[in-house]
Amino acid sequence: MVVMKPELAFGWIIPEIVITLSAVFILLLSAFRRKGDIGRLAGGVSLIGAGVALFFTCRLWNSAIDIFNGLYTIDNFGLFFKALALVISLLVTLLSLRYVEREEMIKGEYYALLLFGILGMMIMVSSNHFVTIFIGLEVMSIAIYVLCGLLIGNPRSAEASLKYFLLGAFATAFLLYGIALIYGTTGILDVREIARYVTSGNFLITPAFMAGMALLIVGFGFKTASVPFHMWTPDVYEGAPTSITAYMATGVKAAAFGAFLRVFYTALYPFLTEWTGLLWIIAVLTMTLGNITALMQNDIKRMLAYSSIAHAGYILIAFTVGDKVFSASILYYLLVYTFMNIGAFAVVILLGRKEAPNTGIESYAGLATRHPMIALAMSVFLLSLAGVPPLAGFMGKFYVLSDAIKAGYYWLAIIGVLNSVVAVYYYLRVIMYMYFKEPEGEIGRMDPSPAYAVVIGISIWALIHMGIFPRSFLLIARESVNIFM
Amino acid sequence: MDMVFPLLSTIIFLPLGVALVLILLPRKNPLLIKVFTLIWTMLEFGLSLPLFFNFNEKTAGMQFMENLDWFPEFGIGYILGVDGISMLLVLLTTFLTVLCVLCSWNSITDKVKEYYASFLLLETAMLGALCALDLVLFYIFWELMLVPMYLLIGVWGGPRRIYAAIKFFLFTMVGSVLMLLAIMALYFHYGRDTGLYTFNLLDLYKANIPVMKQYWLFAAFALSFAIKVPMFPFHTWLPDAHTEAPTAGSVILAGVLLKMGTYGFLRFAIPLFPQAALAAAPLISILALIGIIYGAIMCIMQTDMKRLIAYSSVSHLGYVMLGIFAFNMQGLEGGIYQMLNHGISTGGLFLIVGMIYERRHTRMIADFGGLSKVMPRLAVFFMIITLSSIALPGTNGFVGEFLILLGAFRSNVSYGVLATSGVILGAVYMLWMFQRVMFGQITKEENRNLKDITKRETVILCAIVFFIFFMGLYSQAFFRKIDATAAGYLQNMQTKIASTHPAGPVPWR
Repeated sequence: MVVMKPELAFGWIIPEIVITLSAVFILLLSAFRRKGDIGRLAGGVSLIGAGVALFFTCRLWNSAIDIFNGLYTIDNFGLFFKALALVISLLVTLLSLRYVEREEMIKGEYYALLLFGILGMMIMVSSNHFVTIFIGLEVMSIAIYVLCGLLIGNPRSAEASLKYFLLGAFATAFLLYGIALIYGTTGILDVREIARYVTSGNFLITPAFMAGMALLIVGFGFKTASVPFHMWTPDVYEGAPTSITAYMATGVKAAAFGAFLRVFYTALYPFLTEWTGLLWIIAVLTMTLGNITALMQNDIKRMLAYSSIAHAGYILIAFTVGDKVFSASILYYLLVYTFMNIGAFAVVILLGRKEAPNTGIESYAGLATRHPMIALAMSVFLLSLAGVPPLAGFMGKFYVLSDAIKAGYYWLAIIGVLNSVVAVYYYLRVIMYMYFKEPEGEIGRMDPSPAYAVVIGISIWALIHMGIFPRSFLLIARESVNIFM
Repeated sequence: MDMVFPLLSTIIFLPLGVALVLILLPRKNPLLIKVFTLIWTMLEFGLSLPLFFNFNEKTAGMQFMENLDWFPEFGIGYILGVDGISMLLVLLTTFLTVLCVLCSWNSITDKVKEYYASFLLLETAMLGALCALDLVLFYIFWELMLVPMYLLIGVWGGPRRIYAAIKFFLFTMVGSVLMLLAIMALYFHYGRDTGLYTFNLLDLYKANIPVMKQYWLFAAFALSFAIKVPMFPFHTWLPDAHTEAPTAGSVILAGVLLKMGTYGFLRFAIPLFPQAALAAAPLISILALIGIIYGAIMCIMQTDMKRLIAYSSVSHLGYVMLGIFAFNMQGLEGGIYQMLNHGISTGGLFLIVGMIYERRHTRMIADFGGLSKVMPRLAVFFMIITLSSIALPGTNGFVGEFLILLGAFRSNVSYGVLATSGVILGAVYMLWMFQRVMFGQITKEENRNLKDITKRETVILCAIVFFIFFMGLYSQAFFRKIDATAAGYLQNMQTKIASTHPAGPVPWR
């Protein structure tokens, strides 16, 4: 382990610094220019900040270094998730440019909080130290608690914010308690040191340690929206501004899985046999409950919320198996999942208006006749979510399932694929409304903006490209998980 | 190995390319869209002809192979090739697609562009599934077939189209996802066994799999294909899908999509897991026999012509399965031949019903009667196709069915006897339907002024009738292409079973 001198260490966290400065700049801007319209400017600053940060993140690829006395780590695993978070922030910012104006949200704070949320994600995935992971998680969470409630005057939004905050606070407490118990039994906060210590032979597993592990699962399970810690998800996803829903469904989930994976595949990997059974049950519950409940939803945002729970379940399949090489499939899945979800939410945003969010499934009736290109784009996203080849969603499921088959988890894989058949039904239901039904009433004029087209275009291209040529992406994911070897 | 010109890739992806161009054409000009699609599908058919004429009849191996790396770290390749089984099915596909475009000429007026684009996408998927020799590649095309077919049924179908489309999608999906798991299990088994992790089918043919594992894997593959065929207990999606689909959708569904099931057995399930296939042969043969007889009885009771033909598919595909699982030369060749015949004759029947439906907007048998008086030309074609469907000597159906029965008798006399009874039932329902629709007095006033078939429709039916007689009278032209493949097929299976079970008896002659 190389511990850098402080004055040199800042070179490694340029992306984080850029994001922080952009966020602070936007905050100051909104403080000093209360009267003027700063929406465009703030959005532009966010885009540039995220773009620059992404550039520097990619430049750091293949570094492996500990800085700030081991509190912070730059490695491929963290860089992968950081780049993913930045891509998410770029896409969500693009989505927000018009949406924020339409919904008349407070612009300065919106973009600043978005960036702080990203900062939190970046921190939580780049550390092997429990304290830093926790700080990152909190930075992210608090920003999002506020973002959920930014639809001023909308009681659902306020409810979402409060609900997420209260339940989130509980989950944080669980996580912190878990960390405390593990620290109490081992005296170590660095996940690699814990792994070293528990395998050294001096360590006897105690109930307190086991309880700590279980509490960590609860805490991360909450952030990844896994059953039975998913209760908040549908309400929060439905009530929050749609752009923030997209942000939570992709960014928070990815970052939480990143930290979850790092902790469990290093510190707690020696106890694989202890936690794998528990996660098996959680994975099955998450997939099944998510999919079956999604069947009954008539609101697209709620349906996508349950579908995102189900997808967490698919990811947990690979997680449960505990194959270090194949954990790359989790990273690939998260990458793919990001594009299909953001794409789908972009369409949801595009069809909504201030007075009428148009999230009911009946608003999609006859969409193919009125807006064939939008219907086609939505079909691509939904079919990818359903796992129909050659779209990337299929490849994601393919690697996750092959992971399970390789390790002999046949039942888990069978439950997984049968779940994906159930899921096909509700995804196809939307397609059915779009293509097979006649329009019911008018959904009114759309509010198009080139930014939506950019997001939708990028997402479609990514899904097709990653579906047909998954190789380079999976190889990157494999390089990222090399840290577990 | 012909690596000079990637003929198969061109054939597979040409329709996709055409579909993409089609999307750019102006929506306001449906004639342009139709003519454009027609020309390109005809070119596509022309392009597939060299497969037939340049096909090497002497070898049982794969021909026109293309082999590119796709994802070498994972052992996924882009491998294409055809043999005597798939080559003819490729031709059938490109041929029927042309007819489908022609028969949709006037019947599709809504979302014309999307209709033909879906059709072309479907063609790409079908051809890809037929030519793929890598299991992942195959699976991708296999699943890809579902989406355009789903749209064809759901958008341009009949009144209960939504129900039928979703049922079709879900039924097929359940089977195929389990097959996906079996594919992975096979991959890891072979990889651990030999150190070579690959999805290359030709390598996996060499896999040495314990019998118990074979049963499980075979079951997963067989379920997927049996749903597609469809075999007896899994057939319920078919009548709905057929009845609701537009005419061209029914033609391609019966003509090619169902063959994907039998083709899947031939290409994957049987050669990969020969012992399991052998052990399952009695079960599958009995299900096939039930399908033959049950399908025929259901046909007799139908009041809707299209539904009747749909059930007749269950019956006919039962013959194909029976022939394949007889595991002898006659049964196998008959099965392969009958796959083609069924595509031609049942496709033809659906076309005829579609033509009648376009004029009368009903398919109920009771609404007709005496049509031969007002539509004499249609009556002739209808008669010929009907006779082909009941396997009259001289038509293509006879050759296939006769060989299948021969094979069935050789493997088990009681199978042969039961299957032959299905032939009689087949004649009953087909001729009875023909009689009720075409002969007798015109009972309904609406039928008096029906117009006889147009030139376009005559062309379509002439093409079908040509193949009915050509394949019936000069079947040698086709069997020459199948012979080597079929012989090699049985030979491989025999050696593979013998090599894993040196002392085991070979239960067929």
